[in-house]
Amino acid sequence: MLAMNIEKFSFTYPGVDEPSLKNITLPIEKNNITALIGPSGCGKSTLLRSMNRIHDLYPGNKYDGKIELLDETNKKYKNILKIKKENEFIKLRQQVGMIFQKPTPFPMSIFDNVAYGLKIAGIRNKSELSDRVEAALKGSALWNEVHDRLNKSAMGLSGGQQQRLCIARAVAVKPEVLLFDEPTSALDPISTSAIEELIVELKKDVSIAIVTHNMQQASRISDYTAFMYLGDLIEYDKTENIFLNPKEKRTEDYITGRFG
Amino acid sequence: MEKIFQKFAFSSATLVFIILLGIFITLFNAARPAINEFGLNFIVDPAWNKEVPLSTPQTTTDKSAAQKSVTDTNDESVDVNDYGDSSDDMIMEDEDDTPTKTIYGGLVPLVGTIFSTLIALAFALPIAMGISIFLAEIAPKKIATFVGGAIELLAAIPSIIFGMWGLYYFAPIVADLFGGFQVSLLTAGLVLGVMILPFMAAITRDSMNTTPDILKESAYALGATKFEVIKDVIFPYSKVGIIGSIILSLGRALGETMAVAFLIGSIFELPHKITDPTISIPVALANNFGEASGLGMSSLFYLALILFVMSFAIISFAKFYFLRKANS
Repeated sequence: MLAMNIEKFSFTYPGVDEPSLKNITLPIEKNNITALIGPSGCGKSTLLRSMNRIHDLYPGNKYDGKIELLDETNKKYKNILKIKKENEFIKLRQQVGMIFQKPTPFPMSIFDNVAYGLKIAGIRNKSELSDRVEAALKGSALWNEVHDRLNKSAMGLSGGQQQRLCIARAVAVKPEVLLFDEPTSALDPISTSAIEELIVELKKDVSIAIVTHNMQQASRISDYTAFMYLGDLIEYDKTENIFLNPKEKRTEDYITGRFG
Repeated sequence: MEKIFQKFAFSSATLVFIILLGIFITLFNAARPAINEFGLNFIVDPAWNKEVPLSTPQTTTDKSAAQKSVTDTNDESVDVNDYGDSSDDMIMEDEDDTPTKTIYGGLVPLVGTIFSTLIALAFALPIAMGISIFLAEIAPKKIATFVGGAIELLAAIPSIIFGMWGLYYFAPIVADLFGGFQVSLLTAGLVLGVMILPFMAAITRDSMNTTPDILKESAYALGATKFEVIKDVIFPYSKVGIIGSIILSLGRALGETMAVAFLIGSIFELPHKITDPTISIPVALANNFGEASGLGMSSLFYLALILFVMSFAIISFAKFYFLRKANS
């Protein structure tokens, strides 16, 4: 089953003639990890940022084709490119969460960070909030490190802890899909492997798309891999096929380090 | 060369402290007769340039008031407060048999300064926040650049122009709207507010603009609305800068002389309402410095010292606050 289905999707930034993404068709399998790889400027981050329409914070982008999202009932798909109203955007972003290149804790306490998405979704009940914050922190392998200082500022955590906090914050609102935009590019190797383990753990509950520059990371954690180049999707397959037996020459050149 | 350069840099930096200390010492020395005479009572005494009989000491005079040197300040008997009563003063002077002395108190200009500044802040703060939120978060780039430029121009207008504009165009409107006098604490406060508005708005906008896009995107990506992002992410993130803008504006409003001189009424009377005319410390200094001598002059220096200490305390507090914030 597909969590998201991208079909003939094209994307053009404002003030540019050439589309940055051309006719992309890509399935995002439910409860699997799909890695997007490719050299800088290939459009993988642009594609990821289209999947929760965070691009729309900056006006003037042009979309074509469709990106469908499976709704909560697991029955119907909805084209998210049709969304126009603010409340629909809010709902979309509650269903499709995002983790960024750098940890982005808000300037507030650890508890408030994780509870933030819940609070703005209208949950006010104190015990429900603390239950869900605890569950999210446990789910992000951070509870043991922070349970005795939930009211301290999140700025005091280490980089790796901050990134796990951001994951907990995204997980707390129970999204269907999580988008990771190079989540470990600012972290040391130990924090990186902790995040990787966490991402693999998370796929029980959510479907995951991850942009990464690190091909070992893609091969370690992903189930499917898409190789993109200059705005085109060159090849999409199971991860072991992409890395062991690529069909396209350009894919092989890239994963063997001949360019990129 | 290296040595000379280092010495030059070092002495330049030292110069600042010397100037600061020098000003303080000069002010303090010049104010000393008034400090000896009135002590801290100066701050709570509303009388300015008032003749009182020597024999019955007023509540405001302290022990050292017995000094005879006080009475030689007869040249100041032209009372700036109420021209109508000046004939009475003349009569009092003519009856030379009861010895009098002149007393000075700083309460009126102190109240005028504090309240005109508070009115200015209360007026400017919400509008400055509105402007900076609009410029930083809502307006399209082109409009934000244009409006931002206009606001910076507003900051460049000399204060005397604000004073003239305020007196001829703004004061009648204030009097129509709120009743009372055209020149008043309220008029002065509002025009002061207009004057500090561009500073506050520009600094606040700049500090809001330092909020990283990625942080705002993180909040939007959780389903936050624009209002929630501004309230929960941008405001807390730029809080230090916003408080800094308030304190800098406060410093400017406290010391502003020219515009306030046009608008506050310049009379040594405690205001009962904010629509009453009164005087502020800088205006009292500017208006009376030319004619003052003796204890009157010393009292002006006392006022100046109070203003200096007030401004210094506010800026030091701000520095301390920022340092603590920056370290945490």
